[in-house]
Amino acid sequence: MSKAKEQKMNEKYPTLPKTPTGITGLDEITGGGIPKGRPTLVCGDAGCGKTLMSLEFIIRGAIDFGEPGVFMAFEEKTDELAMNVASLGFDLDKLQEEKKIKLDHVHIDRSEIEETGEYDLEGLFIRLNYAIDSIGAKRVVLDTLENLFSGLSNEAVLRAELRRLFHWLKDKGVTAIITGERGEGKLTRQGLEEYVSDCVILLDHRVINQISTRRLRIVKYRGSVHGTNEYPFLIDEEGISVLPVTSLKLEKPVSSERIRSGIPALDKMLDGRGFFKGSSILVSGTAGTGKTSIAAYFANQTCSEGNKCIYFAFEESPNQIIRNMHSIGVNLQQYVDEGLLKFFASRPTLYGLEMHLVAMYKTIKKFKPQAVVLDPITNLITVGSVSEVKSMLIRLIDFLQEEQITVMFTALTLNTIISDQTDEGVSSLVDAWLLVRDIEYNGERNRGMYIMKSRGMKHSNQVREFVITDKGLDLVEVYLGPDGVLTGSAREAQILHEQTGEVLRDYAYNRKDREISRKRKVLEAKISSLQTEFESIEEELNKVSQEEELVKQVTDKTRAEITQRRGEKG
Amino acid sequence: MEEEKKYELRLYIAGKTAKSVTALQNLKKYCEEHLKGQYKIEVIDLLVQPQLAEGDQIFAIPTLVRKVPEPIRKIIGDLSNEEKVLVGLDIRPA
Repeated sequence: MSKAKEQKMNEKYPTLPKTPTGITGLDEITGGGIPKGRPTLVCGDAGCGKTLMSLEFIIRGAIDFGEPGVFMAFEEKTDELAMNVASLGFDLDKLQEEKKIKLDHVHIDRSEIEETGEYDLEGLFIRLNYAIDSIGAKRVVLDTLENLFSGLSNEAVLRAELRRLFHWLKDKGVTAIITGERGEGKLTRQGLEEYVSDCVILLDHRVINQISTRRLRIVKYRGSVHGTNEYPFLIDEEGISVLPVTSLKLEKPVSSERIRSGIPALDKMLDGRGFFKGSSILVSGTAGTGKTSIAAYFANQTCSEGNKCIYFAFEESPNQIIRNMHSIGVNLQQYVDEGLLKFFASRPTLYGLEMHLVAMYKTIKKFKPQAVVLDPITNLITVGSVSEVKSMLIRLIDFLQEEQITVMFTALTLNTIISDQTDEGVSSLVDAWLLVRDIEYNGERNRGMYIMKSRGMKHSNQVREFVITDKGLDLVEVYLGPDGVLTGSAREAQILHEQTGEVLRDYAYNRKDREISRKRKVLEAKISSLQTEFESIEEELNKVSQEEELVKQVTDKTRAEITQRRGEKG
Repeated sequence: MEEEKKYELRLYIAGKTAKSVTALQNLKKYCEEHLKGQYKIEVIDLLVQPQLAEGDQIFAIPTLVRKVPEPIRKIIGDLSNEEKVLVGLDIRPA
C-alpha cells in the first residue's frame, strides 16, 4: 500500500453514529451497529428469526447499554413474546416492571373492524409516542408492521401513514427496527423498503441437503462500510450469534512462542522446540495411523501445562476418546475434571457447515482455550462440498489466528498414494503439515511419519517410524540400510542381525590377535637362536685370530733368540 | 344514579381535527335518529389521555368503539357512510 493511501485510511472522518445491537457478531459486520436514530428494516421469510433478532436488540439495549426500548408487536401477544424469550434466559416481565422495556401488542382483527370514511393512524402514533415517553425509550421495534395491511383495506391511507411514521420515528430520534415478511421479488410484501432507506438486513433460512442454515445479509447500509457477504447465524440458548465470516485482511498477529506437541521426538524434528503458538497444524494420514492419538497427545500436553484446550470430535464420543487414549497411557479424564479440557462432540450432520463454524466460534469465544483440536475435518465433507469445507476452514483458521489459538486438524486420506491435493485443500492454509502413512512391508503395516511442511522453522526431512505402545507414542529413527528404509520388525531384525554380526566380528578379531601374538613369539624365539649362533661363530673367529697372534709372538721371540745366539758365536 | 344505557359508545379522537369533528357530528346524528335515549357517547381525546389508547387497541383515528352491548365492535373513519356505521354497530342487520 502506498503511503498516501495509508494516511488517507487513517484519517478520521465524522462517521455515521451507530447504535450497537448487542447481538454477537452483528455489530462487527455493521461496523458498530445499526444507524442511530434511524429506522432499520429487518426482513425475511417466516421463521427466520426476525422477531427474535429485534427483540434481542431491545433486550440487549436495555440490559447492556442502558437504553430502554419499546417493542410494538403486531403479531404476537406480549405474554407470548415473554414466553418465547424466557427460554433464552430473559425475563421480560421483570424488565417491564423496571421500566426498561415496554411491550405493546397491537391487535388488529379485520372481523372486528369496520371502515367508513377517512381516517389516519394517529392513534398508533400516540400510542407509540406514549410508550416511548413513558420509559424514555431510545430503541423501538415494530414487529411486522405489515400486519396493518391485512387488517385495514385502505392501502392509500396506510402507505401515506407509513411514510409519515418513518419520518416521525426519525424526528423522534429513536433507533428503530421494523420487521417485514419477505415478498415475492421484493424484500417485503408491501415494499416497506421504499420507506426505510438507511439500513436493510435480510435474514434467510435455507435448507440444502436436508441441512438448514440461517444466513444474514446486509442489503444496504447507507453511509457506512459494511460486510456484504451472507453471514451464517445461529439461534441457540443465548440468543442470536452472527459470525463475521472472513476477516478481509491478512494482518494477524504472529508469535514466535513455541508450543509443544506432547511427543518429545516430534518436537525434536521441529527445530527441537515444537510448533509455533497460534499456528495451524494438519495431521493427515490413512485410516488407523494414529491421527487421533497425536491429537490427544497434543491436547494432553496443552492441559498438562495448565492451558485450556477444546477438542471438537466429529467421529467419536468424548468417553470413547478418553477410554481409547487410556490404552496408550494418556489420562484425559483428569483434565476434563479440572475443567482444562473440553470435549465438544457432534455428528457433522447435526447442522450445516456454517452452523458448525458458528457453534465452534461461540464455544471458543466462551471457553478461551489456548489450543483447539478438530478431529477429523474430513467428516465435515458429509455436509458440504470440498470448496465449502475449505472456505469454512479458512475462516476458522483466520479466527483462531486472530485469537492466537493453536489448532490441530486431523484429516483422513482415503488412498494410500499420498497426493498433495488431499485434505480438503487445506494443506496450503496450514502452517505445519504432518503426514502419517502406512508402510506396508514384509507382511506387516507400520507407521511412518514425516513433516511435509512447517513454516518458519528448520525441520527434519527424515521419515520417522511412529510407534504406538501402551506406554504412549514415540518416534524412532527408521533403519536406513543398503536395502532401503526398514521399519517395524524388519527394523528390529536388522538391528539384531547387526548385533550378531558385531559379536562374530569381535570373535574374529580376537582370534587374529592371538595368532599374531603367537607368530611374534615364534619369530622372537627364532631371532634369539640366530643370535646365539652368531655369538658362537664370532667366538670361534676370535679364537683363531688370538691363536695366530700367539703363534706370531712365539715365532718372533724364538727368532730373536736365535739371532742373538748366532751373534755370540760369530 | 345514571340509567343503564343499551348502547355505550366511545369515540377516540386526537385533537379537534376535521375528521374527528366530522365523526362526532355523524355519530351524534345517527344516534339521535336510531338510538334516541338508549345511548351514551364518551369522547376520548388521546392527545390528553394517551394511556387509554392501548386498552381499546386503538391505532386509527377516529375510532368508534361499541363497548356495550358485547361483543366489542370497532368502526374506524369519519363515519361518513351511515349504512356501514349502522351495520357495524349492529343497529341495523346487514
